[in-house]
Amino acid sequence: MKTVYVDNNATTRVAPEVLEVMVPYFSEYYGNPSSMHFFGGQVQKKVDEARGKVAEFLGAEPSEIVFTSCGTESDNAAILGTLDSFPEKRHLISTRVEHPAVGNISTHLGRKGYRVTELSVDREGRLDLDELRESLTDQTTLATIMYANNETGVIFPIEEIGEIVKARGVPFHTDAVQAAGKIPLNMKKSKVDILSISGHKLHAPKGIGVLYIRKGTKFSPFLIGGHQEKGRRGGTENVPYIIGLGKACELAQKHLNEENTKVKALRDYLEAKLLEKIPNTLVNGELVHRLPNTTSLSFEYVEGESILLLLSDLGICASSGSACTSGSLEPSHVLRAMGVPFTAAHGSIRFSLSIYSTKEEMDYIIEHLPPIIQRLRDISPFWKDYLRAQGKV
Amino acid sequence: MWDYTEKVKDHFLNPRNVGEIENPDGAGEVGSLACGDALRLSFKLDEKKRIKDAKFKTFGCASAIASSSALTEIIKGKTLEEAAQVTNQDIADYLGGLPEEKMHCSVMGREALEAAIANYRGQKVTKEDFEVICNCFGVTDREIFKAVRENNLKTVEQVTYYTKAGGGCGQCHPKIEAIIEKVKKEMEKEAPPPKPEKKKLTNIQKIKLIEETLGREIIPALKADGGDLDLVDIEGNKVLVALRGKCSFCPSSEFTLKQYVESKLREFVSDDIEVEEVRP
Repeated sequence: MKTVYVDNNATTRVAPEVLEVMVPYFSEYYGNPSSMHFFGGQVQKKVDEARGKVAEFLGAEPSEIVFTSCGTESDNAAILGTLDSFPEKRHLISTRVEHPAVGNISTHLGRKGYRVTELSVDREGRLDLDELRESLTDQTTLATIMYANNETGVIFPIEEIGEIVKARGVPFHTDAVQAAGKIPLNMKKSKVDILSISGHKLHAPKGIGVLYIRKGTKFSPFLIGGHQEKGRRGGTENVPYIIGLGKACELAQKHLNEENTKVKALRDYLEAKLLEKIPNTLVNGELVHRLPNTTSLSFEYVEGESILLLLSDLGICASSGSACTSGSLEPSHVLRAMGVPFTAAHGSIRFSLSIYSTKEEMDYIIEHLPPIIQRLRDISPFWKDYLRAQGKV
Repeated sequence: MWDYTEKVKDHFLNPRNVGEIENPDGAGEVGSLACGDALRLSFKLDEKKRIKDAKFKTFGCASAIASSSALTEIIKGKTLEEAAQVTNQDIADYLGGLPEEKMHCSVMGREALEAAIANYRGQKVTKEDFEVICNCFGVTDREIFKAVRENNLKTVEQVTYYTKAGGGCGQCHPKIEAIIEKVKKEMEKEAPPPKPEKKKLTNIQKIKLIEETLGREIIPALKADGGDLDLVDIEGNKVLVALRGKCSFCPSSEFTLKQYVESKLREFVSDDIEVEEVRP
């Protein structure tokens, strides 16, 4: 059975070029970059080189790059590290559609007595910037607002948001885990103070993340230990993964145009064909300001896990915002925040493409998904009720 | 990914008895679009009042569809009295088991069956007759009681897995805990827990059992009276303990040791246990 992998917002294939540059740093050049001897020193040089590549990719200075273990660590460090620097202020602004790496820590802080404002989104997944303006106070410690949504791909107007937040003198963090590699990022021209990215979403391996911290931003380390990362993150550098991430950022920069042309065209093709072939299908989230690789579709009157398993049976790997796939009982918090009706929220499927996706793969999905939806609708009690109500049977 | 059995996969990929019976003798529907799963069951009886045909339509995940399919297979050929005895565990067993988080799918099957039988008998099961405990998923006290009793559920998390109750905002958790407690008391009254059989224990088993018995049976009772006890050592069958708190200067400590601690350990661990007090 062939594998059609369209779940790249969950994780991506490690690029062969990335793996290749990593391998020597496991058992050949295994020195500790902090060591005084030549053996560690040569590794230090390579780590610096990788840091330079990541910095270039983000339009940042190398000294502004801190390596972490993952996106979640970056997000946690950004929030806790800022809060720790302003102990007198106790107000956090976030949104209702953040990834759990931000959302759950906000909830946690709320329980500990912080005031947390979670900005709402409209039916299309857009923020109301007036709500943001009204939420900012002199007590606000940090605004943390994601760059692009992992489920719908909706991109927030981060620079406009940054403008508003910075005008009030409030530090601004963004979780750019899904944005990095899909849309251009340039910290030199940005209002963002702190930004998180994750290696495995852009063809580096799992287990490496980045925290960009703008020069001059107050920040207390989250992992307290050695002097590594200029005292901003203790722990011996994860050398092979850092080298790999450097390469991945170099490739991502090179592929950025392809993401927004080839990948986007494939996504648009898949989406248009599925909408055409499957009645009662909705796109979740606004269409324009959206990651080029992502589409979230809801198939009414059927349930997402069933769709996923039938797709999986054919080798197609996607994901769903339905309740059953998460082990929770409610559909995704993102779709609920958007007010997607239950008829559709339980039947949502996210396809997320990559530069490795092909037209043949899209055609394979377009061929097999419509009968799957029909089959489940034939089993669903609500489909016939719907047709009856429409006078179609 | 869920770890579904081959049987679950089979009944999901090839569901039996999909459809709706025209002019059924009994029909029942439980769940809703909002809840994320729903099951509509209908059946027809033969002249001997056995279920001749049963059909289902289900909106839900793989295990919901498989549970519905299994249910129809289980009840075919049964009288209504026999069918009424089918439990959610029977449905899960038929499928070779379900992940615990998905047990609510089997409960949905049992509830649909109950509703269909009640419909045949002209009875009406309405939620209004009972108190809704979980507002997020509209689960009543009756449903929770039943699930807790039949499946011997011990935690709120388990109740959520089986009935969905408590899986939303979480406000009803204290009420669910109260139901679990109530059922536990009821069941204890009905059947006192059987005494564990004593068999020859290895030293490690014995030490573990002594620790467990102290922790479960003895120390809580001492603490209730302001006392406490530490296990100091175990030499063969001799259990050396140190009394703490009020027990350490209680005139009846000797009595406590022999009559209470020793007799409990003999009851649960081994008949030849001797308890001795070590004084600091």
